[in-house]
Amino acid sequence: MEAKQFQFEGRAKKLTYALMGLGVVALVFGFLNDHSHGHQRWWANLLVNGFFYFSIALGALFFYALQYATESGWSAVLKRVFEAIFSYLPVGALVILVVLLGGQFHLHHLYHWMDSTLYYEFLLPDGSMSHEAADGAVANPAFDAIISGKSAYLSPGFFWARTLVYLATYLIFAKMFRKWSLEEDRIGGTKLHYKMYRRGALFLVFFAVFSSMMSWDWLMSIDTHWFSTLFGWYIFSGMWVSMLIFATVTLTWMRARGSFPQLTDSHMHDMGKWVFAISMLWSYLFFSQFMLIWYSNIPEEVTYYIARMFTDYKVMFLGMFFMNFAVPFYVLIARDAKRNIYFMIPVSILIFFGHYLDVYLLVAPGTLHSHAEFGFLEWGSFLGFLGLFIHVVFRALEKVPLIPVNHPFLEESKALNY
Amino acid sequence: MVTSKVLHVMYDDDSKLLDAASKLVAQGIHINDVYSPFPVHGIDPVIGIKRTRLAIVSFMFAMTGTSLALLGLWYFMISDWPMNIGGKPSFSLWENIPAFVPVIFEFSVLCAAHGMALTYLLRNGTLPGMPATNPDPRTTDNMFVIEMLDSENEMSAEELEAAASKTSPFEMSTKQYEA
Repeated sequence: MEAKQFQFEGRAKKLTYALMGLGVVALVFGFLNDHSHGHQRWWANLLVNGFFYFSIALGALFFYALQYATESGWSAVLKRVFEAIFSYLPVGALVILVVLLGGQFHLHHLYHWMDSTLYYEFLLPDGSMSHEAADGAVANPAFDAIISGKSAYLSPGFFWARTLVYLATYLIFAKMFRKWSLEEDRIGGTKLHYKMYRRGALFLVFFAVFSSMMSWDWLMSIDTHWFSTLFGWYIFSGMWVSMLIFATVTLTWMRARGSFPQLTDSHMHDMGKWVFAISMLWSYLFFSQFMLIWYSNIPEEVTYYIARMFTDYKVMFLGMFFMNFAVPFYVLIARDAKRNIYFMIPVSILIFFGHYLDVYLLVAPGTLHSHAEFGFLEWGSFLGFLGLFIHVVFRALEKVPLIPVNHPFLEESKALNY
Repeated sequence: MVTSKVLHVMYDDDSKLLDAASKLVAQGIHINDVYSPFPVHGIDPVIGIKRTRLAIVSFMFAMTGTSLALLGLWYFMISDWPMNIGGKPSFSLWENIPAFVPVIFEFSVLCAAHGMALTYLLRNGTLPGMPATNPDPRTTDNMFVIEMLDSENEMSAEELEAAASKTSPFEMSTKQYEA
């Protein structure tokens, strides 16, 4: 079959522009309308959207590397779609950098630990702060012994070095995979494939460490006093399933409008299985973290759930768990449901939003406390960033042949049927 | 007594079996069954086997396990002999549900797995000690057999043999059996 280019035009393109326009309006209007101290709500919202869409792109990069490391054949025809999704990484990284820089320059107070006054135990008579007691020194009321104990890890130098290393690693691997993938289209053979196989495995090693540390640094540190050892896996499973949902909906749409004839029911069924399986992984990790903290009921740990389950966030928090666990479990467990787009698409959209709420609930309770609102700013920027995301993904998709013409597993993938 | 003929065509590779089955079915031949040492992907729709309902049974076993585990935990930990373990349970099933979820989950999996395995073995007649029904012991080893009956086909046994011999089989045999 002739390798066709995907055409991104017409209504779909206009829709992404409309969504982006809505997003810009929401961000501008939201900023002007946000009277919280330091525009906290606006910045928290930017972090939620920045991280959510960045993590989808990162999930695609992980999944892509996984397909190579495991020598998977079924996904060969889909690989350009995953490439397109991870092409959003630079844009997502930029949004995250803006939020982190905003914190570093004290434009907002999402990260309480970025306040340097917390680390000094004493106030000296001349108004400066000190770690050591001296004549006339008084106790610093802002001093926080727990955060101070983490000062080595949370020092700005180390924090920024880590952040830049994560982002650089992701971007370098993404660029490399894309370059080799396009080169394979030209020269063929298996040499590049084996190179990708080795680099894919190598990326997974980096990803295993960096995805965890990244989520501690950017998300868990919001609740600075609190920690959870499986937080990294929890974030990772969330990004994985959000990515799978996005890919499933995209593929279904492309198939419905006839621009991806190589896709079979079996490919879509496999995507459905992935969505189902990783939804269960996410639920498992959510519950594992929740149950141990709930059971031991130690004040320094349980505050995280007190802030979410015994406040105004209660409905959203429990609703989010219901959306992300019960709905995919009971609806997608049947084979016929996974093969039926009238089940797959509504459920996918619901859990996509569910995972957005999940990220929102990681950020909002620790930054906005009881002042959070889910209003025009949040809805508008969720849709706005979605428009931007789709736009970037489809722009990357239309530039290259949709089918990787020289992938060694291409025939196996096209013949996928069971 | 009606006698009928059964034709066994053996292949030494699963892809050969799949190709042969497709060719035979394309000629309008009905294949009664296929014997193979492992599942051959894609053979079911070719020879017209209906989808298994084992998954539904498995779900029902799992729900049985969930209910039994809930009932048991309520009786052991709430009703009969409530124990205070780190402040929990608190004499109420609902408030203690998170602590019971791992047990409920494991028991559901146990019931689903055992129930599914037993149902499968019973339905196939392959419980330990049951007589073997495969035509040749080599189909549990490295051989693949297509079974055709002349009573189920418009063609005679000889015509079936002729059609099968064109699919380059490893071995062929025809036997009489009592219908």
